Amino acid sequence: MSHQQQFEALVATLKSALTADEQFTLAYNAESSDFIRFNHGKVRQAGQVQQASLSFKLINDGRHADLQLTLAGDAEVDRQRLHDALQQLRETLALLPRDPYLLPNTQSWFSSNVHNQPLPDAAHVVERIDTLAHGLDLVGFYAAGPLYRGFASSWGALGWHQANSFNLDWSLFHANGQAVKANYAGHTWDDEAFARRLQLAREQLGFLSQPPRALEPGQYRAYLAPAALEEIMGMLCWGGFSAQDLATKSSPLQRLYNGDVTLSPLVNLAEQVSGSLSPAFSGEGYPRKDLSLISEGVARDRLVGSRSAAEYGLPANGAGWGESPSALSLAAGSLAIEDILQQLGTGLYISNLWYLNYSDQSAARLTGMTRFATFWVENGKIQAPVSTMRFDDSVYSLLGSALEALTTERELLLSASTYSQRQTDSSHLPGALISRLTLTL
Amino acid sequence: MFDLSAQLKQRFAALRSSAQFFSLRYVKQTSQHLSVRKNVAEPPHLSSDEGAMLTVRVKGVEAYAATNDVSLRGLQAALQRAEEQARLLAPHALLDLTEQPVSSARADYLSPHQQLAFPSLSDCYELLARESAAVPSNERLVNWQVSLGLENVEQIYLNSAGAELRQAQRFVFPGISVTAYDGQDSQTRSLGRENFGQQGGAEVISRCGLIGAAAKVADQALQLIMAPNTPQGPRDLLLLPDQMTLQIHESIGHPLELDRILGDERNYAGTSFIKTGDFGHLQYGSSLLNVTFDPEIPEQLASYAHDDDGSAASKQFLIRDGLLERPLGGALSQYRAGLPGVANSRACSWNRPPIDRMANLNIEPGEQPMERLIGNIEHGILMSTNRSWSIDDARNKFQFGCEWGQLIENGELKGVVKNPNYRGISAQFWRNLSAVGDASTFKVLGTPNCGKGEPNQVVRVGHASPACVFTAVDVFGGDA
Repeated sequence: MSHQQQFEALVATLKSALTADEQFTLAYNAESSDFIRFNHGKVRQAGQVQQASLSFKLINDGRHADLQLTLAGDAEVDRQRLHDALQQLRETLALLPRDPYLLPNTQSWFSSNVHNQPLPDAAHVVERIDTLAHGLDLVGFYAAGPLYRGFASSWGALGWHQANSFNLDWSLFHANGQAVKANYAGHTWDDEAFARRLQLAREQLGFLSQPPRALEPGQYRAYLAPAALEEIMGMLCWGGFSAQDLATKSSPLQRLYNGDVTLSPLVNLAEQVSGSLSPAFSGEGYPRKDLSLISEGVARDRLVGSRSAAEYGLPANGAGWGESPSALSLAAGSLAIEDILQQLGTGLYISNLWYLNYSDQSAARLTGMTRFATFWVENGKIQAPVSTMRFDDSVYSLLGSALEALTTERELLLSASTYSQRQTDSSHLPGALISRLTLTL
Repeated sequence: MFDLSAQLKQRFAALRSSAQFFSLRYVKQTSQHLSVRKNVAEPPHLSSDEGAMLTVRVKGVEAYAATNDVSLRGLQAALQRAEEQARLLAPHALLDLTEQPVSSARADYLSPHQQLAFPSLSDCYELLARESAAVPSNERLVNWQVSLGLENVEQIYLNSAGAELRQAQRFVFPGISVTAYDGQDSQTRSLGRENFGQQGGAEVISRCGLIGAAAKVADQALQLIMAPNTPQGPRDLLLLPDQMTLQIHESIGHPLELDRILGDERNYAGTSFIKTGDFGHLQYGSSLLNVTFDPEIPEQLASYAHDDDGSAASKQFLIRDGLLERPLGGALSQYRAGLPGVANSRACSWNRPPIDRMANLNIEPGEQPMERLIGNIEHGILMSTNRSWSIDDARNKFQFGCEWGQLIENGELKGVVKNPNYRGISAQFWRNLSAVGDASTFKVLGTPNCGKGEPNQVVRVGHASPACVFTAVDVFGGDA
């Protein structure tokens, strides 16, 4: 049986086992993955993982509980596990009060999205890497395989998402310890495209051969490449747009959503679900909508899960766990790629940032490190790599008064995260030219 | 307990393989997470997970296959996949492990009070609801949450050299947080949560201090929202154990992980400012600094008898009198680097392979009671409860922030300050360790959330520490 057939059989099993007073939502997550780590251009650790699980919510008379259970892939075993789970949830519900914030989606809907492009052969990928990275100190990680996501409910919702994908995330290290970061990800592996990516990284590595320049703390002009900007956006996604965090005054963008401050009018930020790699439905069973989060620097929509919808009287819009964006899109600007160094003049070209956190969350003040390929630029020309530096600055400056321009071209950055399972999040971002970035250490 | 043990042994004995060595690591985990937010019980989140990882060594090359199907057929298929992968990738392998010794140990390990029942779900909700209701009514208190996590984990490790290791552990994670808001700024005060967890039973909830804590936590949140910002400038810094855990974790634990030093993590978690040649030579901190890998404190989160590769675990000094002695490296990293290490090869579950991880990483107590630690500070600040952490990929330049700050002047605690942050450089910071608290200041803490590895893994790590004082640290506050 295919994964989809297994899921639909379990949905049928559950429907036949429920009483008239009971309702359910059932989400399905499965993947089969090749995981291969590289160090010094060779395979350091390799394996395969197959996993499948259900997230089962049972509802009865305003009471509900969730149980996530691993499936074995054997129809008889899984039917029994589902029955056992049902029994456990029934016993649990009997102990619970009614939940005033229960708001399941009672709409009937159907969604199907299947991308079955052939996956690259892992041995071929490893051979290509070994050959093309010969003489290079390459360290990285290759993850590939099919992903399956499903959803069904008592009210007739049925969603299926299936995609084959790969993600090769790697770094090239110079003998002096400096490094370039690169990534090649998508649905269809192309040897030539990979070779071009690797060649580009190899050329960038050449810029790192000079002794790194140590900078003093202070304020500098800076260009943040899309991957660096992604780190800042990632922090803002951590509660920044969450309806619950905003309602409980815990959002780092509280003042923006309060209307006390604005960002630069260049900032137009959206949760662009349509056309993204992630499922069109949330784990709660709500269709996910495209949302305008920030328009010309002014806060607009927030991400609303069902619980927030019930508690705060807002329309649910398909937000997932944590009410974080997962298909972030920042509109392009007017700065041509070829003009970046000239417009930067003298300052920092920052390819990546790393390990960000808040110095003062209410003020949206962030700290973090430069990492990988950061260069000192003078009069529009790269001079030398820069030793690792710490910044500490507010988003209201970086994306506000200090934001000079965004690039015309954007990069689609696919998440390489594999916590618990391979993630489908993405960001579509330009680079940003900043008039002052505060370095502290 | 160990319900599947006999069947697994039968299935393992029936597996067919031409590999020189193979192993099976079965993990079953059930968990329960309960929460009451603003006096409303949130729905319980329960989970039940089981699966197995088969690892093979073929002509010195290792590979693994993890499966959710633990039938004999499923295990055999996984073993075959692992063997095929090992053979396919052999020409490109970094390591030849032909001569690496394997474990043949046989033992059982249980958490403290493992056989005693945990309070019922109803009792747990009642406790959480009671604490939630004890948060006083105040319009500036805009959010609060009381939570309790419970995880039961059984692991069975078998290998073709005869090892049979079983462990059953129960982990408890209590916590409360309260947020105050004044229309412009918000401040959160917490107890437990990401800064606390232990092995054991209901007694862990008491040891955390959760019962009866709500009023005090709420009062401290209100104090913070009315407090001035932390002043900027150098001060002697007194860190309480619930910040020391983070300080140890980021600026001793990660840089001493041997796989980082060997370069495995350079693409993700990072590298280390420590080199293999530093062990036995580098003065990491002042002579007051004594750091141990200690799997023998029963209630601590990462206490165990054997790690996930089957190596026997015992207490070892990593840093003694400030001198760096040994890394956090499991059997494989020790074999690669030719250095002594510890039993810290750990996986987060059945679907991720073991790698070098922190486990219990502790600072040994010194001789000074809290009164003397404070009394000897002329111009300083006390900081408590981590809330922000950032450090470079070599684990050197750091900036950390806490929930709670309190100035110290002329040997006395003074006013509360908000947004207490400090920054420094690991390689220098520990050399400024000027006083170490005695056993009365020592606390056994830990966190459920240490991320590392490709594929990514989150594991539980334990940290126990006394309060410590560091001289002339760069301290600062926020903007609000």
